[in-house]
Amino acid sequence: MKKNRTQPIDTNCLSALAGFFLKTKFNTTFCVSLFLLGLVLSGCSNVWNNPYPASDAGKNILYNAFAERPKHLDPVQSYSSNEILFTAQIYQPPLQYHFLKRPLALVPQTASKMPLVSYFDNNGIQLLPGSTDTHIAYSVYEITINPGILYQPHPAFAQDEHKHLLYHTLTPQDIQAIQTISDFKHTGTRELIADDFIYQIKRLAHPRLHSPIFGLMADYIVGLNEYADVLRNQDKTQPENSFLDLRKFPLDGVERVDNYTYRIRIKGKYPQFIYWLTMAFFAPVPWEADHFFSQPGMAEKNFTLDWYPVGTGPYMLTENNPNRIMVLERNPNFRGEYYPDEGMPEDMENDLLRDAGKPLPFIDKIVFSREKESIPYWNKFLQGYYDASSIGSDSFDQAVQITGQGEATITEEMKAQGIRLGTAVAPSTYYMGFNMLDPVVGGRTPEEKASARKLRQAISIAVDYEEFLSIFANGRGIAAQGPIPPGIEGHHEGSEGMNPIVYEWHHGEAQRKPIKQAQTLLAEAGYPGGISRKTGKPLVLYYDVTARSADDKSILDWMRMQFRKLNIQLVVRSTDYNRFQDKIRKGNAQIFEWGWNADYPDPENFLFLLYGPQRKVGNSGENAANYDNAEYNRLFEQMKNMEHGPQRVQIIDRMITILRKDAPWLWGYHPKDFALYHSWYQNVKPNRMAYNTLKYYRIDPKLRDRKRYEWNTPVIWPIGTGIVLLAVVLLPAWITYRRKEQRRVLQKQTA
Amino acid sequence: MLNYIIRRLFYAIPILVGVNLITFSLFFVVNTPDDMARMHLGTKHVTEEAVWKWKQEHGYNKPLLYNETAHGIKQLTDTIFFEKSVSMFVFDFGRADDGRDITHEIQSRMWPSLAIALPVFLLGLLFYITFALIMVFFRATYVDFWGVILCVMLMSISSLFYIIAGQFLIGKLWHLVPISGFGNGLDAIRFLLLPIIVGVISSAGANTRWYRTLFLEEINREYVRTARAKGLSENIVLFRHVLKNAMIPILTGAVVVIPLLFLGGLITESFFGIPGLGSYTIDAIQSQDFAVVRAMVFLGSLLYIAGLVLTDISYTLADPRVRLE
Repeated sequence: MKKNRTQPIDTNCLSALAGFFLKTKFNTTFCVSLFLLGLVLSGCSNVWNNPYPASDAGKNILYNAFAERPKHLDPVQSYSSNEILFTAQIYQPPLQYHFLKRPLALVPQTASKMPLVSYFDNNGIQLLPGSTDTHIAYSVYEITINPGILYQPHPAFAQDEHKHLLYHTLTPQDIQAIQTISDFKHTGTRELIADDFIYQIKRLAHPRLHSPIFGLMADYIVGLNEYADVLRNQDKTQPENSFLDLRKFPLDGVERVDNYTYRIRIKGKYPQFIYWLTMAFFAPVPWEADHFFSQPGMAEKNFTLDWYPVGTGPYMLTENNPNRIMVLERNPNFRGEYYPDEGMPEDMENDLLRDAGKPLPFIDKIVFSREKESIPYWNKFLQGYYDASSIGSDSFDQAVQITGQGEATITEEMKAQGIRLGTAVAPSTYYMGFNMLDPVVGGRTPEEKASARKLRQAISIAVDYEEFLSIFANGRGIAAQGPIPPGIEGHHEGSEGMNPIVYEWHHGEAQRKPIKQAQTLLAEAGYPGGISRKTGKPLVLYYDVTARSADDKSILDWMRMQFRKLNIQLVVRSTDYNRFQDKIRKGNAQIFEWGWNADYPDPENFLFLLYGPQRKVGNSGENAANYDNAEYNRLFEQMKNMEHGPQRVQIIDRMITILRKDAPWLWGYHPKDFALYHSWYQNVKPNRMAYNTLKYYRIDPKLRDRKRYEWNTPVIWPIGTGIVLLAVVLLPAWITYRRKEQRRVLQKQTA
Repeated sequence: MLNYIIRRLFYAIPILVGVNLITFSLFFVVNTPDDMARMHLGTKHVTEEAVWKWKQEHGYNKPLLYNETAHGIKQLTDTIFFEKSVSMFVFDFGRADDGRDITHEIQSRMWPSLAIALPVFLLGLLFYITFALIMVFFRATYVDFWGVILCVMLMSISSLFYIIAGQFLIGKLWHLVPISGFGNGLDAIRFLLLPIIVGVISSAGANTRWYRTLFLEEINREYVRTARAKGLSENIVLFRHVLKNAMIPILTGAVVVIPLLFLGGLITESFFGIPGLGSYTIDAIQSQDFAVVRAMVFLGSLLYIAGLVLTDISYTLADPRVRLE
């Protein structure tokens, strides 16, 4: 209906354009060329600037962008968010996060129910529920998967009439003629079984793969370390890059119970292990795919499991050109998953339960275009060519306005386009750390340590993160009261969650203590007025940062100003990221900035960042501040294995109190994600932990097409104006030329 | 001439070795193999063992230039430099750190680069020379005066501004072409129009002024006076005589860049989303992928040398007095 209405207008515009030029008789050939150019530009579509093929108009396609090309799509290796964005749609681990419930809740994905966890002592005797943790030697996770789940169609499963795998004995010559995976004529599928999960767990120890969690998992999964040695030795005996058949080598820590059930054995108790079961590291990988891609000649054509994932998820990767475009299409074999029918009370108001109970996914195809620069990305979003966008600093004022109450709302301009704003506090923290091994900010003797603590507390008060967020982040974040961000157990709102070292509760809100209190603390620390009582010299501190652009100069100036409130001189030591990391590893930094994105929504994933045995120096852990407090360490060990509940929260509260007093970090802030969505993009609920959410989203392609046409009608007058302008400029020159030539002829004739 | 070309190609070998050595040294002054491993393994949960394993897998576990523990010639050959360099001289660029074949990537990415660079080069040459000749034709008139002012204005503006302004005006405001992206086959044309227009305009100022200077030098030569005395029209004098005689300096600047057109533009490709070799190089530098960086630098040097040889050959075609011996 819409197409019929718009098409004639488009043609008329072009005809009018051509007519205008032809009437002027300026240059017929040029005008005809321009007219043809217009046709090329428009293709068969209604607008000229549509970056997608005209044939895609009206189709149920989601348009997305990615800035950085993914390095790995092998589920055993991919860990960055730009990689998981793809793997999470293709691979299905046993569990997932509930799409709507908050705080985040785990629900089965390929599993038929939540894993059964049982505990055993050293003698292999199963412990009764309620047994003390000290008796637990092993935990066993028994996972049962749903029968009938099928893999995506793939040549690795294709079989001939004798049920033999068709493409598993290829020669390099056979592969030479193949350009993409779709060039294989036949595809097949098979049912997902427990062995595929076991195969993937074994792949964590594969000698030719670099799983980022191997080191971590080797500490927990029984026998994984030894298994890596076995595989390494076996790999040495085989031809280079040949198929290493993991099925032949048993791993102690995993056990197949039946076709649909398997068990994972964990050393001791590790309740956080259940969160890892939502990640692609524990998604099934069929041995057929591994073998298929291991054939000689495959890697030379860039055919690897790292680039052509094979999964059971709602989507499959059908085009993989990470330089330009990556396309996910609906997996025709995917079925059995439905939109959740319960959520939070506000979900009903936000129309997030309209599709309750309907089969997933809703979108047929997802096109990810590579957009390295933010300006074209933003402009294409405004033109309707991307369905959602984040908000960069340079476009923030155009998109968002802050009300008098400090609330972020969408601007009138965006509202007129039907764009809506979604915000969510990220499960992340950005902090300024003190190196506790440093004699000035960490201290060595008990007296020095007490003095350094007061110094850190004074700086904690002086550095005003509320001001930082307001000036440099457009208010996109909340000043942190401790290491745990909102939405995670142990975080408290209101006066209960306030850091009493830095804030006071006034008029129903936390207010930063006056700078006088910081100055008093500084004097108590031995630096009255910022002058060392011992040496009589001004206190100079060193702030290590990664190399900054000119734009960041104002941030560093602001930071110097914060320290100047206490008359402390802050020297910024800027270096490249490699050297910065090196300094942190060796403990050579004094004050530094760092951040952490949670792996899973458990306080343990934040509190371990300050656990003594996790020190960077000496232990190569994640504790960059090298903080080591015996009581905190003891409480952490007690807390990490506890089940969620008030008792655990009590211990966490105690740990937070210790941290606030010791102030090994300036707690910094928890960033807030702002995203914009067009009116045709529905069922969106931000969730920074789960990446497999594209299956829940819905698009209204008709509305999108209508809006795109409204917003992108070609403006052709500048072409005409440009040509007229050129003619006006060149006409006198042309006349001069003619006169010159005529004069020459006349001179000739006279001569 | 053949002897000359062969000799020049042999001269290229020490140059390429030198360039390779300098690239290697510069790269490893800034990045150690440990840094590269950490960059690729990510920042979370990276153990020393994982770093060691990565280095071993990618051949970065050896000494950089000199192996003290080896004996004889192996002291030089059992090093990262030798092992990573020798294969390049037989055009085996190996694999990028993400596992993808570099030769395959170069083969597929050079065409989008060429699709922009070649039209920009040809149209630009045509436009700049024509514009310069027009200014010379109307020298000392308002056309020349305002033409030079326009050139200086165009020269004074950063190329990034042209890109942003072009995207804003032509793509965003007037909706005439896609702001960025790339298509297959003929569909690519509509994506190329804007970068080509921007490419031509952004270099117009400097190039036109350069060609204008060349032509002005020629315009007062005796042969020009003779041509005019013979009664030839001014446009024939300019386009047939002056242009031909100004060919040597034009070729010096133009032919040398022809082979380099394959390498693409770093900023243009990033802003317009063109999947060419320019953006490939930028990505490699950002991700500290030494394998790709050294392959691209090697290729750049090789093509530059080829460009210089081609320039020499073109002199003989443009001016029969030039002999290559």
